[in-house]
Amino acid sequence: MTRPTTRIDAKFAELSAAGKKAFVTYVMAGDPDYDTSLEIVKGLPGAGVDVIELGLPFTDPMADGPTIQLAGQRALEAGMTLERTLQLAADFRKGDTTTPIVLMGYYNPIYSRGVDTFLADAKEAGIDGLIVVDLPPEEDAELCLPAQAAGLNFIRLATPTTDDARLPRVMQNTSGFVYYVSITGITGAAEAEASDVGPEVARLKAATDLPVIVGFGIKTPQRAQTIASISDGAVVGSAIVAEIGAGKPVSEVLDFVKSLAEGAHAG
Amino acid sequence: MADDLINSFMNGPDEQGRFGIFGGRFVSETLMPLILSLEEEYEKAKVDPDFWAEMDDLWKHYVGRPSPLYFAERLTDHLGGAKIYMKRDELNHTGAHKVNNVLGQILLARRMGKTRIIAETGAGQHGVATATVCAKFGLKCVVYMGAHDVRRQAPNVFRMRLLGAEVIPVTSGRGTLKDAMNDALRDWVTNVRDTFYCIGTVAGPHPYPAMVRDFQSVIGKEVRWQLAEQEGEGRLPDTLIAAIGGGSNAMGLFHPFLDDKTVNIIGVEAGGKGVDEKMEHCASLTGGRPGVLHGNRTYLLQDDDGQILEGFSISAGLDYPGIGPEHAWLHETGRAQYVSITDKEALEAFQLSCALEGIIPALEPSHALAHVMKIAPELPRDHIIVMNMCGRGDKDIFTVARHLGFDMSDTEEGRDLDD
Ligand SMILES: Cc1ncc(COP(=O)(O)O)c(C=O)c1O
Repeated sequence: MTRPTTRIDAKFAELSAAGKKAFVTYVMAGDPDYDTSLEIVKGLPGAGVDVIELGLPFTDPMADGPTIQLAGQRALEAGMTLERTLQLAADFRKGDTTTPIVLMGYYNPIYSRGVDTFLADAKEAGIDGLIVVDLPPEEDAELCLPAQAAGLNFIRLATPTTDDARLPRVMQNTSGFVYYVSITGITGAAEAEASDVGPEVARLKAATDLPVIVGFGIKTPQRAQTIASISDGAVVGSAIVAEIGAGKPVSEVLDFVKSLAEGAHAG
Repeated sequence: MADDLINSFMNGPDEQGRFGIFGGRFVSETLMPLILSLEEEYEKAKVDPDFWAEMDDLWKHYVGRPSPLYFAERLTDHLGGAKIYMKRDELNHTGAHKVNNVLGQILLARRMGKTRIIAETGAGQHGVATATVCAKFGLKCVVYMGAHDVRRQAPNVFRMRLLGAEVIPVTSGRGTLKDAMNDALRDWVTNVRDTFYCIGTVAGPHPYPAMVRDFQSVIGKEVRWQLAEQEGEGRLPDTLIAAIGGGSNAMGLFHPFLDDKTVNIIGVEAGGKGVDEKMEHCASLTGGRPGVLHGNRTYLLQDDDGQILEGFSISAGLDYPGIGPEHAWLHETGRAQYVSITDKEALEAFQLSCALEGIIPALEPSHALAHVMKIAPELPRDHIIVMNMCGRGDKDIFTVARHLGFDMSDTEEGRDLDD
């Protein structure tokens, strides 16, 4: 299929030209409230973040551990919705036209709004790609294909259970980058063995030209460095969300993000 | 959708696991390969006479099937209209229809070499059935149960523990059946190699809705020959009525009759305090709209933003904001009709069954019975209704006592029960 060219592709081209690994962060939109969340997201590029994954709150996040579950609950209680999540992205875009934003969440809020309306609104808000956890390749007609036709990347998760027979199918309609979930488990769980991750990344890279980014269980700058050194980049989510959940001031959250970014960029 | 679905209501789902637009496989990539291998294994088992021979043997000697089809004579006389039969699945080992399905899934798990079984439970009946069959086969069993349900179904929690299961009270989200299902899915994603997820109703990703239906269809298949035996060769029921949580006892009764056009089919959802804008009910079809949750597209209780709402019902087994996808499809095609019954109406039916038939029903089938009470008086005496008495009420007596103002608080068992 023809894949859209987005800010994500531009960012990875830039990183690759500079010989740098990518540092990707996940935060929940609207956690703990809209204004604080926007302030955090605005600070991410300055703290060294290359790609922002913006969590779309959902009542039933079945692939997430307690840290991100609670972040979603805080956001929902503070009145977050899909519409306001897109508004947050749009507000961020007013001051930053280059940092890619990937919206990450579950299908129901999107389906509820209507796929076509959602895609038009997301594009308008400056969203570049989507990760929708409960849409495997078997359901590509739902959102993956329409999203790419609308000019958004659809980023797929590959996991330790994605065997070689299945891998081509997982890669087929993927664009932007491939997100390797390094453990079988939920977000915020224990970290994978680096010795397991290396060969898996190699296996994925043999099946795609896209960058392979690794996430789940990365909590420290050292770990971000190790993982980035054996892949195209590292994702950190729960560890940052936990800082936000603990009520740390924005400046402290961003200092922590900066330390992680330095780790990943040294990888 | 396959063409033959137009000629038959019994051939679903299609190869994508869809019933019309409903169903499907909306799961994370980690689970997708597991679901595909389960489907493959089930397709093999389905046509393997050895598999069904083992099921039949266990159904007969372990569960006590066939369950009787019982003519409720005094209830019939009292209501003064249609002739009422009860399908007595409450007499099954473990006290409900749930065990029909659990046996099938556990036999599959054994064929797949899985050693650890997980399940979600609401009323605790599916948890008890799973714990029971795991004990019988020496499998490790972990049951996820909403913290709220752990309190209101205390007798079943103790039963599961006696049977050797680990019961994990779920406090994530709001600690109800849907959250228990989320946590079971989280467990499965974490323990993919040795674990089999035994789902308790006709929901979840394909192939669960079809597989659970096939295992529960033993109910309707028995009704077919039992009614012929009692009412004469070829006599079909005129109306089938069953309560719906996720919809497994109902699918089990309905499915074998879907292509018998003269059979009127009615599913009864939990109306809680009434199906209105306050949303204090669990009537997904009458009060919800299509969405995606727990691996399938179906009717869901949800707000304008697509956030899932909590159900409300006196019956823990019906307290689920969704419904099996095949019901969503039968509703949209008009093949089955779906109604709702309030807590209050269910309590009245509960008492009537006790008083007139000497049968203490679970609160779930009390909903089905309440609808029988509504329609039977208006129907002619030669109209045959078969309702699914899918569970017994032992687990519910504390809840009912409280609603009837009967004080059991100084009994040992009644002590730490809340609502
Ligand atoms: C006796 C009984 N009936 C009905 C149900 C609801 O489930 P389903 O609609 O799948 O039959 C339950 C669930 O716990 C139950 O225990």
